[in-house]
Amino acid sequence: MANKQIVSPLPGTFYRRPTPDTPPFKAEGDSIAAGDTIGLVEVMKSFHAIQAQFGGKIVKFLIDNEEPIMAGQPIADVED
Amino acid sequence: MAAIKTLLIANRGEIAVRIIRAARELGIRTVQAYSAADANSLAVKLADVAVNIGPPQASKSYLAIDAILAAACESQADAVHPGYGFLAENADFADAVEAAGLIFVGPPGSVIRLMGDKAAAREIAAKAGVPTVPGSDGRIDAPEEAREVASRLGYPVMIKAAAGGGGRGIRIVNDRAELDRLAPQASAEAKAAFGDGGLYLEKVIERARHIEVQVLGDGRDVVHLFERECSLQRRRQKLWEEAPAADLPDQIRARLCACAVQLARAVSYRGAGTLEFLYDETTRDFYFIEMNTRIQVEHPVTEFITGVDLVREMIKIAGGEPLVLRQADIRCVGHSIECRINAEDPAKGFMPCPGIVSGLRVPGGPGVRFDSMLYAGYAVPPFYDSLIGKLIVWDESRAAAIARLARALGEFEIEGLQTTIGLHQALARDADVRALRFDTSFLERWLETNVSHLT
Repeated sequence: MANKQIVSPLPGTFYRRPTPDTPPFKAEGDSIAAGDTIGLVEVMKSFHAIQAQFGGKIVKFLIDNEEPIMAGQPIADVED
Repeated sequence: MAAIKTLLIANRGEIAVRIIRAARELGIRTVQAYSAADANSLAVKLADVAVNIGPPQASKSYLAIDAILAAACESQADAVHPGYGFLAENADFADAVEAAGLIFVGPPGSVIRLMGDKAAAREIAAKAGVPTVPGSDGRIDAPEEAREVASRLGYPVMIKAAAGGGGRGIRIVNDRAELDRLAPQASAEAKAAFGDGGLYLEKVIERARHIEVQVLGDGRDVVHLFERECSLQRRRQKLWEEAPAADLPDQIRARLCACAVQLARAVSYRGAGTLEFLYDETTRDFYFIEMNTRIQVEHPVTEFITGVDLVREMIKIAGGEPLVLRQADIRCVGHSIECRINAEDPAKGFMPCPGIVSGLRVPGGPGVRFDSMLYAGYAVPPFYDSLIGKLIVWDESRAAAIARLARALGEFEIEGLQTTIGLHQALARDADVRALRFDTSFLERWLETNVSHLT
C-alpha cells in the first residue's frame, strides 16, 4: 500500500516528460531510487527537475501532465 | 477603416496595463482576456470588461487562438492588441484576427511571417542596402554547405534557427568538429520548437554592443525614434536598457537610423517595430540582426527621450489614421534608463520567486516612471515570465539619469519576493557601467565576480 508521497517543492506547471515527444520519466508501477527524476516543474519559464527523496515503487501519479501545481502539493504515491 | 471602439488585450502583466491606459486615453473601451491564474490581476481590475479565456497554462489561454477570438466576438471587440511575447509575432494569429473581421494592432501577417524568417529578413536587408552580419546567403539544409560557409566566414560562427527568435536555440561553434556535432542538434531542436529545421550561419562579432532602432510606420511612411542601447543582457535576456546609445558618434547614429527606416520602408511597415543591430565599437561597423514586429518591453526609454507615446501611436495607426509624426519633429532630448524588475533571486542563479507581494513602496519624483502590474497583496503567479515591473528614469544627461536611477532604486521596496532591485543598485554604482564600458558579454562576466556581493 502507498505509504509515502513525493511532493513538489515549487509552484508552477508539472510535466511528466522531458520533452513533448519523449516518453514519461516514470510510469505507474515503476521502481524508483532516491535521486531519480520523476518530473519537471516549470516556474516562470525555467524548468526544475523533481527528484525522489527516497526509493520505492510508484503506485499512482496524483497530478496529470501539464497541470498547474502548488508548492507542497503531492505528485505521486510511493510504496516501499 | 473605422477607428477602434473596443480593444481586446491578448496579453497579461505590465504590458496589458500599459495598453489599457493608452486605449482609455483614446476613449476606447477595453476588454482584458485573462487566464484563471490572472483573475485578480491589475489588468482585469482596470479593464472595462474581462473575459476568462482558459486555465493557467499559456498553451491553453494566452496562446489559444480560438479562445481569444471567441472572447473578442463575445465582448464585441473590433480590434486585438497582442502586446509582446505570446502571440505577438505569430503570423497565423494576425491572419486569424483579420479573417474574423477584426483589426490586428500590428503589421499584416505577411510582414510578420517575412521578418520572422531570419534568413529572408537578411536577404531583404541586403537588398535594401543595410549591412548584415556576414553569414550564409539564406538557409542551409545540408551539412556540406554548412562546412563550406563556416570556413569562408572563419570560426567562431553562430548557428541560428531560420524560424527562431528571442535568442533561443542559438549555438556558437569554434571549429569544424563542433559544427558537425551541433548543427544536427540545432536543426532537430528548431524542428521541434518551430516546426522548421532550417538553419543559417552567422559570423560571431566579438565584443559587440546591441543597439536597436525604434520605428513607426503606417504602411506608406516610416519614421525612426532614435536608438536604444541594450547590451546588458543575461542569457540573451535584456536587464537594463538605455536611450540613446550615449557615445554613438552622430554620423554613425544618422546612418544607423537611416538604414532602419530604409529596411522598414522596404516591407511597407505598419505599426511599431524595432530593428536590432550589432555594433562593433572598434571598427564602427553595424550589422542588422533581426526585426521585432511588435511593441518591445523597453519602449518607455524611447518614449522618455522623444515624448512620443508609442502604444497610443500604434493603436491610432491600426485604427486607420495616417502617421502625423514628421521625422524633422522627432527630437532626442536627454537620457533615459530602464531597469527590468524580475521576481528572481540574482544571488541564487536567478531562481524564480513567485509569491505574494506583502508590501510595496514605489519610487516617485521627477523623471521617474514605474510600469507594473503589482499592488500590495497581489500574488505573482508561477506560470508566466518573471518580469513584474520596469523602473524607468529620465534626466538631462546620462550621468544625471544614473544618479536619479540610484536615488529611485534606493526608495524602492517590494516585500515578499526576491527581485533584481539590488542587482540594479550594484550596476548603477559600477565604474564600467557608469563609463559605458560594456558589450553583450559584460553582464555575465560581471555576475561571475560580483554575485557574492548581491545577497
